[in-house]
Amino acid sequence: MMSLEVRDLSCIRDDRILFSDVNINLFSGQLLLVEGDNGSGKTSLLRILCGIRLPEQGQVTWVRQSDDQKSSIAVHGQESYAGEMAFLGHLDGNKLDLSVTENLEFSRSLALGNNNTIKDVLERVGLEHFDDLQVSNLSAGQRRRLALARLLLSGAYLWILDEPFTALDKKGIAMVEREINAQLEQGGLVIMTSHHSVSFDNDKVIKLSLSQ
Amino acid sequence: MSQGSLSRVFLALLKRDLLLAFRHRAELFNPLLFFVLVVTLFPLGTGAETRLLQTMAPGIIWVAALLAAMLSLDTIFRSDFEDGSLELLLLNAHPTSILVLAKVLAHWLITGLPLMIIAPLLALFLGLDQDVIGLLVLTLLLGTPVLSLIGAVAIALTVGLKRGGILLSLLVLPFYVPVLIFATNAIEMAMSGMPVTAQLWILASFLLLAITLTPWPTAAALKLSLS
Repeated sequence: MMSLEVRDLSCIRDDRILFSDVNINLFSGQLLLVEGDNGSGKTSLLRILCGIRLPEQGQVTWVRQSDDQKSSIAVHGQESYAGEMAFLGHLDGNKLDLSVTENLEFSRSLALGNNNTIKDVLERVGLEHFDDLQVSNLSAGQRRRLALARLLLSGAYLWILDEPFTALDKKGIAMVEREINAQLEQGGLVIMTSHHSVSFDNDKVIKLSLSQ
Repeated sequence: MSQGSLSRVFLALLKRDLLLAFRHRAELFNPLLFFVLVVTLFPLGTGAETRLLQTMAPGIIWVAALLAAMLSLDTIFRSDFEDGSLELLLLNAHPTSILVLAKVLAHWLITGLPLMIIAPLLALFLGLDQDVIGLLVLTLLLGTPVLSLIGAVAIALTVGLKRGGILLSLLVLPFYVPVLIFATNAIEMAMSGMPVTAQLWILASFLLLAITLTPWPTAAALKLSLS
């Protein structure tokens, strides 16, 4: 059982308070949907939660709990947390001059890994016929799918997704929703922002609104 | 994290960067071309007076190598920063300092090693004594990795800036000068028949210090640039 605890988080950017006193308790099997207008600090919040950015105030704690013991670590600067978390930002993080398979092979050597093979995840994201192609030849939507394939290979408990539906077609959006559901059912945690309306079970979803 | 997986990820990153460099072969030759051009233009500018060229040869070759190394620094982290893969290099279970070391090693293999291989040829061209050509290569072997390692700290600090070029040279040059002084001094001493062990040990100690000390500030600076 994993959980992410956020206490009194605030973020200031260019002397402007983006958000303050954000409190979140997210447990295994739950999805946090961050909502807000453009410029309301969604991306900043996600970057703080994944540990790239330091918050102005407050703390983020990652809690691992088993039957007999409980360990919690502060998120920032902890490599053990970064290994259990997978981040998908605005940038896909693919190397354009490597092939689809080469990109995934490198991602897998970085990650903790799981039992999924590269062939499996390519089928799940619908790129199975493009495995030898260089990423520079793929469309924007296909590049996004490749970035999602990286998530599936990571074996991470917590997914942090910034606008995962960008550039995806309808089938792609359905695919991402399916994979997020699968991740939640396996006891994983997902934090995401989206401008699309998403269809998940309401009892799994926690909504956080950042608009002032 | 076990030691085996750490060396595996080190090699995977090294392989990835070398493969990317290989697919960009044209860019690969830029620093090398710069190096060769500067060294070959010198005799045309100063006149082909053998003695003059001979005495200046260590300085010419080393200054050209230093500038070529500085020009190529930007490629260490730039593309990773732009396509978002730098975030992924920081957000994983492996220590960033080790990944940084793999990237710098790849960068040196791509830019420093070719300079070292072509340098004896250029040294002959400038009329440098054949006895000291081996020493020249040795100073480059000890010195150019230091340039890459120190440059990595500076480039990590400036990668988030739009125009970090001038700042970069201001940051790295003070640290490059000692390497230049001891390397050229060693060759000049050898040309007049004096022992050069001291200079070589000092260069070697620069290299060891740079390998052990620069990966941490580089990793910290990358985190700063991304936040």
